Amino acid sequence: MSLLTLENVTLKFGGVTAVNNLSMSVNEGEVFALVGPNGAGKSTVFNMISRFYTPVRGSIAFDGHDLLKRKPSQVPSLGIARTFQNIELFERATVLQNLLVGRHRHRKTTLVEEMFFIGRTREQERQHRHAVEEVIDFLDLQAYRDKMIAGLPYGVRKVVELARALATKPRLLLLDEPASGLSVEETQDMRWWIDDIRRQMGITVLMVEHDMGLVSKVCDRVLALADGAKLAEGSPAEVQAHPAVIEAYLGTAAISKTANAKGERV
Amino acid sequence: MRFHFKTSYDQDIRLFPDWWNFSLYALLLVLLLVMPWLIDDFYLGEMTNVLIWAVAGLGLMILTGQTGLVSLGHSAFMALGCYLTVNFMDTGMPFLLAFVLAGVVTGVVGAIVAIPALKLHGVYLSIFTLALAILADDIIVILDHWTGGVNGIYAPEIWIFGFEINRWAMPASWYYLALGTALFVTLIYRNLLRAPLGRAFAAVRDSEISAQAMGVDVARTKTLAFGFSCAFAGMGGALMGLFAGAFNNETFNFLLAIQLLMMIIIGGLGFIHGAFLGAIVIAFLPQLLAIGTDTLGINSVPGLETGVFGMILIAFILFEPMGLYGRWLKIRTWLELFPFARRDMFRRQKTYLKTERLR
Amino acid sequence: MDVLQLLLSGLANGCVYGLVALGFVLIYKATEAVNFAQGDFMMLGAYVMVGLVNPEFLGLNFWVAVPLALLILGALGYLLDLTVIRFMFGQSQTSVVILTIALGYVIRFAAGLIWGHEPVNLHSPLALGDVRMGGVVLSLADIAVIVVTLLMTLFLFQFFQRTKLGLAMQAASQNQMAAYYMGIPVRRVQGAVWALAGVVACVAGILYASKGTLAISAGFIGIKAFAAAVIGGFGSLPGALMGGIIVGVIEPFAARYLPTGYSQIAPYALLILVLVFRPHGLFAQVRVKKV
Repeated sequence: MSLLTLENVTLKFGGVTAVNNLSMSVNEGEVFALVGPNGAGKSTVFNMISRFYTPVRGSIAFDGHDLLKRKPSQVPSLGIARTFQNIELFERATVLQNLLVGRHRHRKTTLVEEMFFIGRTREQERQHRHAVEEVIDFLDLQAYRDKMIAGLPYGVRKVVELARALATKPRLLLLDEPASGLSVEETQDMRWWIDDIRRQMGITVLMVEHDMGLVSKVCDRVLALADGAKLAEGSPAEVQAHPAVIEAYLGTAAISKTANAKGERV
Repeated sequence: MRFHFKTSYDQDIRLFPDWWNFSLYALLLVLLLVMPWLIDDFYLGEMTNVLIWAVAGLGLMILTGQTGLVSLGHSAFMALGCYLTVNFMDTGMPFLLAFVLAGVVTGVVGAIVAIPALKLHGVYLSIFTLALAILADDIIVILDHWTGGVNGIYAPEIWIFGFEINRWAMPASWYYLALGTALFVTLIYRNLLRAPLGRAFAAVRDSEISAQAMGVDVARTKTLAFGFSCAFAGMGGALMGLFAGAFNNETFNFLLAIQLLMMIIIGGLGFIHGAFLGAIVIAFLPQLLAIGTDTLGINSVPGLETGVFGMILIAFILFEPMGLYGRWLKIRTWLELFPFARRDMFRRQKTYLKTERLR
Repeated sequence: MDVLQLLLSGLANGCVYGLVALGFVLIYKATEAVNFAQGDFMMLGAYVMVGLVNPEFLGLNFWVAVPLALLILGALGYLLDLTVIRFMFGQSQTSVVILTIALGYVIRFAAGLIWGHEPVNLHSPLALGDVRMGGVVLSLADIAVIVVTLLMTLFLFQFFQRTKLGLAMQAASQNQMAAYYMGIPVRRVQGAVWALAGVVACVAGILYASKGTLAISAGFIGIKAFAAAVIGGFGSLPGALMGGIIVGVIEPFAARYLPTGYSQIAPYALLILVLVFRPHGLFAQVRVKKV
């Protein structure tokens, strides 16, 4: 069943067409990757789903809801969470506070209840904390719980951002380059986590990633983008072998080389 | 060195994490309550002043320290709170009701004023609010039917449940009024901080974009921050005007707003303690300087207070941007870790400024 | 004729605002910092001039004193950067704003200490003559203000567009780290900007003092100049001048045609309107954060 559907989406910045007539659909329960060279429009697709950008044409639907009718801050309440390419954490707050912000969409208290800390507020805080602790356990962040973000190393920040997205209890998780800047071991961890997020939590994952090693290990389907348009779609192996993809990445010379190696002419 | 084991989530949720912490603040409260018996009337008046500044400072702190919006115009809202209180009292309303209602109305006005300013960032917002403060000065003169214009208003008598609050006849009564207000405001401030709204404030301060991605409505959060901030500032302003005995447009000049901002920076941005520490500095600095010039045998120097205040602020921004409370936190950590604290533990990371201006 | 007279005197006032606004924009363009003390710099420049020229102080010849005063203010601007502003390198914009507000307090205090709090008049040759054209009377000082301001704007505009230092200043503001990598001595460039801002402030101060009485509170003109800079759009030199002229011209007209009490409101009301409807001024630069 298709959870997220983009149909004929086009986005322009001034005269530049960043995304050109793109259609794609992510099924419930799968891990889907967007790949492509720098500037292909991958993050732009994310930013459209998060509603930071509005396409000039086309439609985006999530689980039957028209996303284009929502404000950016209403998107998470549908069950969509995301991370950012250049980590966007709340720097002057602790890890715990960052994750608790992730629970924002689940709050039920009114302003007056929060002002005087009466009614459901205290019980709600306990529940939020409980949910957040589950995420902390899942991602092994116990040691950093009360640390300020400003002092954390890059790799940990990356995990905290993933944790914050998970704290929202999403149905769809958008990961913007989850492995960029991570060491080999950290990338390995990320791979297990993405697997577990899908298997144990049943969360659908849409990610942008350059590391084809990671993509081919965790993804069910891959869509290759170049210059804002779809190049190829299919299983990781199919997309990697697709001539148009190889051309976009390595240029035409490379394609004839691979072809020659196979003893064929293009 | 005190170890801190947490055994329940409630320890992070309730007002005081443990008994030790609770006892410290209980002791402080007792000390504040018996203050009128410990110090003479003059210093009790100064303490009242400290608490009044702290109330207004907590108002600005919510906006600037928690939500990251720098206002140079809070004098306008202090004025509004003060004139509203007096005008409500003129209709025969009892003081306490007029005072709280004035705070609420000021908050609502502040929230409405914030709406056109929602898109303004950084310095632009500061200029917008500064313009409001300057306008407020002129508007007070124009609306002289309600405000008394440049001639000002003499503070009316204040009665709370048949008990007169009078600065001259009974200084302690004013002190307790200010203390009660400060405690009330502090409690609401603390409650907000441990509730979702307080975290939304911090989220908006640190990254609007990812706050939205977490479902925080940035416009609503900023409007609420303005509302609470202006409500507290209005209550602070009402106390300030009434305590002074007489006030006019000059009392709530835009320089007051700038002083208020400087005060919370010296105290420590983003900390409740910061508002109180800053208020102590602003209230006692004139006394300290007077004692200083007296002992040196010089006549009073005009503008000395503001000059020295400016220099103190420059020193803080250069050497301790976290303010007095930030410095105390460092000292405390150093003591707790003694002798294991490292020198570079608090070193600031080198940062480079990048423009958000794109062509 | 009445309208023309109002327009011209407004223009002269507006040029002073414009000059102070130029100082704001100069520093903003080059360092991304906003100098709230620019008005107090102007006041300081005027008082330095008074100290050099007026008989009760040094009593120098006016034309000898002008380059001296410019030099002193330039040096002060550079020293200020060297001793204070430089340590703010890379800090957020708002901390620099607050720092410069505090700096304004200190400058006003120091000036009051040195020159006293009584208003003074600068002995300026510009303050003497009037020029009559038809029914319009313009003082020599007004004409000097307009001419000097136009020349100054033209010079600064060319400086930023054409010279190597000017381009380096722009680069340094937009991305400090990248500018470093490109071999631009970012710190020294910033020092040069503050010196230049000091000189511009001094020019404004001399002209301001030639037009009328000078007091310590003259520094608060900075707020009106600030409004001017915002109305024109921060970051644009011609915009700053235009903003200054708009504010300057509105004032006499408001004073003439609006009831008393309402006239002072006009520039700030305009400022608020501009901020609400054209938040980045009439000569805007777009602000978008990329994620």
